[in-house]
Amino acid sequence: MSQTLRRGPVSGTAVGRGAKRKPFLLDFYSTAVGKKYVMAITGIIGIGFVVSHMIGNLKVYIGTVTEGGQEVYDIDVYGEFLRDLLVPILPRTVFLWLLRGVLIGAVLLHIHAAYGLTVMNRKARPVKYQSARDYEVANFASRTMRWTGIIVALFIIWHLADLTWGWANPDFVRGEVYRNLDASLSRIPVAILYVVANIALGIHLFHGTWSLFQSMGWNNPKFNQWRKGAAAGVATLVVVGNCSFPIMVQAGVIEFDPTVTSVHELHEEAAE
Amino acid sequence: MSDKLTYITLKIWRQGGPDTPGQFEHHVIEEISEEASFLEMLDILNEQLIEAGKEAIVFDHDCREGICGTCSLMIDGKAHGPEKGTATCQLHMRKFSSGDTITVEPWRASAFPIIKDLMVDRAPLDRIVESGGFISAETGGAPDANLIPIPKPVADAAMDAAECIGCGACVAACPNGAANLFTGAKVTHLNLLPQGQAERYQRVEAMVETMDEYFGSCTNHGECEAACPKSISIDVIAVMNADYLKSKFKNRKKLSRT
Ligand code: HEM
Ligand code: SF4
Ligand code: FES
Repeated sequence: MSQTLRRGPVSGTAVGRGAKRKPFLLDFYSTAVGKKYVMAITGIIGIGFVVSHMIGNLKVYIGTVTEGGQEVYDIDVYGEFLRDLLVPILPRTVFLWLLRGVLIGAVLLHIHAAYGLTVMNRKARPVKYQSARDYEVANFASRTMRWTGIIVALFIIWHLADLTWGWANPDFVRGEVYRNLDASLSRIPVAILYVVANIALGIHLFHGTWSLFQSMGWNNPKFNQWRKGAAAGVATLVVVGNCSFPIMVQAGVIEFDPTVTSVHELHEEAAE
Repeated sequence: MSDKLTYITLKIWRQGGPDTPGQFEHHVIEEISEEASFLEMLDILNEQLIEAGKEAIVFDHDCREGICGTCSLMIDGKAHGPEKGTATCQLHMRKFSSGDTITVEPWRASAFPIIKDLMVDRAPLDRIVESGGFISAETGGAPDANLIPIPKPVADAAMDAAECIGCGACVAACPNGAANLFTGAKVTHLNLLPQGQAERYQRVEAMVETMDEYFGSCTNHGECEAACPKSISIDVIAVMNADYLKSKFKNRKKLSRT
């Protein structure tokens, strides 16, 4: 492939600016630096979700609690609580859907920016080095962001089909979180899938969390030495927390007991 | 008496022009002083080639003292070779051993087309500087030195960034072919100093956008910092990013005029 030199307009000299600018946000997003801000901000939203999701799921280890005189699974109650967020200011599930909207938007923007930047980077070096490169600091995590990202994206779709919609889970009962979790993760291939996907997520976050500080311009001698450590901490937290669920289901620590009252029954009784 | 290295095999990229296909060529240096610089070793090879009636290898060089940024070369997969914080012209043969095979390639990036053999055109770096890497002082005599007080740490930080010699090793080393270290260095150098404040946000906006026309994007691998002959820190990239965001807020009205 031939290499050609393209001389674009010289934009900042006394000659003045050429083309009219796009609206503010689009203008910002049109450059690589702007796209990296978007990746970093949507990445932070993603980290916020993943960490709170993991902490919320730790409720499976609480097991059952007594509610209205009945024994119910704590995590099922938590699921109801999420649907009831900000009731009665907003109708039931409305706030939850707003949160979901933000997450969906963030994931789509993150992927759009990643795609745009990847295309740009491919174009920047059409002819590869013909001898082996000897990388000094680029690590496995930083060089596999696209692959770990794609694994995470596919896993998100599977995860929704499995535990949100229930399509991939034959024993699915809507709203019974503990039962569904046990039913799904008792299948050995599914348990392995969860572990593998979460390790990919951990690798993605190990580079991503460090990288976002630079992309956001957060560079200060006061905290620079903590940035790599923070990245390792976030990645470890997410991997250990999330991988514990499939492992503990397989180990029999998380085991659904059909005699426990379901949240639906509890609510029906409360309504009577 | 200086020691000698013997039997160095060089695997060197030869290419007739920008659009002709290239290939590696093998040459053997029977004996070379370990005090020879890498470029002197290439000079000696070229003399051998010319004596044998062959065409000399084209490579870029000028000051040969690590200050002009003209020398380049990807040596054994590392920009400017194995020695940290060193330009190719300051790399000496004592860093290699007898019997080594050394692979030499030109910088590779779509913004740096190969002119011939190991020489590339790095003009897009000039395009970036032209778009904002200056301070306008269009009238009056030269002001006295030290007229504007600058705190020592600020002067030092600006000086660290100003060390950039514009060699393009950062682009060559970057897996994405990004020029963020170069542009970040040029932006940081001027944006830290009082003299640079008037054009601070115009500068960063114009330079980042010019950079976008030629280069890839930064994914924070950090290879640029490791390759830079002046060991410029990727801190300058964060400074550039922060100022770029501010430029979009602070200067919006003024800059959006056509
Ligand atoms: C959905 C599929 C995903 C894809 C395809 C994807 C892809 C990428 C890519 C290509 C990068 C750029 C790396 C770079 O330029 O340095 C990146 C960065 C990042 N990703 Fe993802 N990712 C995905 C999901 C996620 C998720 C779910 C999270 C959060 C939990 C996340 C967090 C981050 C962070 C924090 C960064 C760093 C931003 C920066 O470099 O400033 N990503 N991602
Ligand atoms: S930042 Fe370093 S590697 Fe990049 S052009 Fe300047 S001196 Fe060369
Ligand atoms: S020849 Fe001038 S820096 Fe190497």
